[in-house]
Amino acid sequence: MDEFLQLSSTQKDILKEVSNIGAGSGASALAQLLRRKITMSVPGVRVIPLNEVVNVIGMAEDKVVGIFQRAEGVAPCNILFILSYQSAMHLVDMMLNRSLGTTRFMDKLDISAIEEMGNIVSGSFLNALFEFTRVKFVPSVPAMSIDMADAMLNSVLYNYGYVGDYALIIDTEFTEQHRHLEGKFFLFPDPGSLTSILTALKVADKDVSF
Amino acid sequence: MSVFKVGMCDMQVVTPPDILSTSGLGSCIGICLYDPLKKIAGMAHIMLPDSTQARGNINEARFADTAIPVLINIMLTKGASKESLVAKIVGGAQMFNFSNLNNVMRVGERNGFAVLAKLKQEGIPVLAQDIGGNFGRSIKFDPEDGKVYISTLDKGESIR
Repeated sequence: MDEFLQLSSTQKDILKEVSNIGAGSGASALAQLLRRKITMSVPGVRVIPLNEVVNVIGMAEDKVVGIFQRAEGVAPCNILFILSYQSAMHLVDMMLNRSLGTTRFMDKLDISAIEEMGNIVSGSFLNALFEFTRVKFVPSVPAMSIDMADAMLNSVLYNYGYVGDYALIIDTEFTEQHRHLEGKFFLFPDPGSLTSILTALKVADKDVSF
Repeated sequence: MSVFKVGMCDMQVVTPPDILSTSGLGSCIGICLYDPLKKIAGMAHIMLPDSTQARGNINEARFADTAIPVLINIMLTKGASKESLVAKIVGGAQMFNFSNLNNVMRVGERNGFAVLAKLKQEGIPVLAQDIGGNFGRSIKFDPEDGKVYISTLDKGESIR
């Protein structure tokens, strides 16, 4: 049985609210880091069949920059932050105080700047979740890839494959004021992590075991 | 001619003039089986190596060990003969590299081993393999000649 299908709309709303707080915290961390205005979309909490995930997310074979982290703890999650290739270049320019358009290729320093940015955003996101749930997350060091969006997505969804046909996707978009920077932030709670989070929020339905 | 897109955890079988494609293979593997005499082509896009580690209901197309026999069966019902089947496999990359990568996360590599082992067990020769590395691949598979067209973003294109 796919546990995510049993999520009630109230539970989804609560997850959405918690994610909203996390995303807000991530956006303000990014804004501070770049000293620019960053807006975020209201996070989505979606249950999507595995074979449709890439269609729904819709970046297909675009060349993107992805930063991946694994967060361990009682509610393990995979975290993926995807930036368009152009955005990643702009990000490096902003972080390293270069004028926009300077960076054309990424060297080692640029890559670690981007990984660090991912670390800061996910750290803020998870810290906000922790404040709310008291569920501790221990994120791994970030790893970066420059490749097709689909290939990254299908590589971070593996944990869902062992339990069912669906993935639970919590996602939000970060956009810089002048759209020099657009990024999609994804949180994929492992199957089972949901129970820990919902229990911590005291909204786990006693009749439903996740 | 139509292009049949094979999604993640999905499989399809076609004959000319239709062709098969799957995009963005990361750690997943595109398994292409082909009967050159009947020009029947089957493709599975598997996600994980081993169904015995699964809990709950099993969608055969998700796992290397279950997808291959099911795909073979579909092809046989469409008129292929098992003795003439050959295989080409693509994917199984490790998109993100960590210094302390644990076994659970080494999905691409384990997928590769599992697919090769199952094909060997089924007695299907592997004519070509393009697996591993740290980059994504998209493929098109043409039943007319059994060729697999592999494209990547930065590593060029190849025909197997």
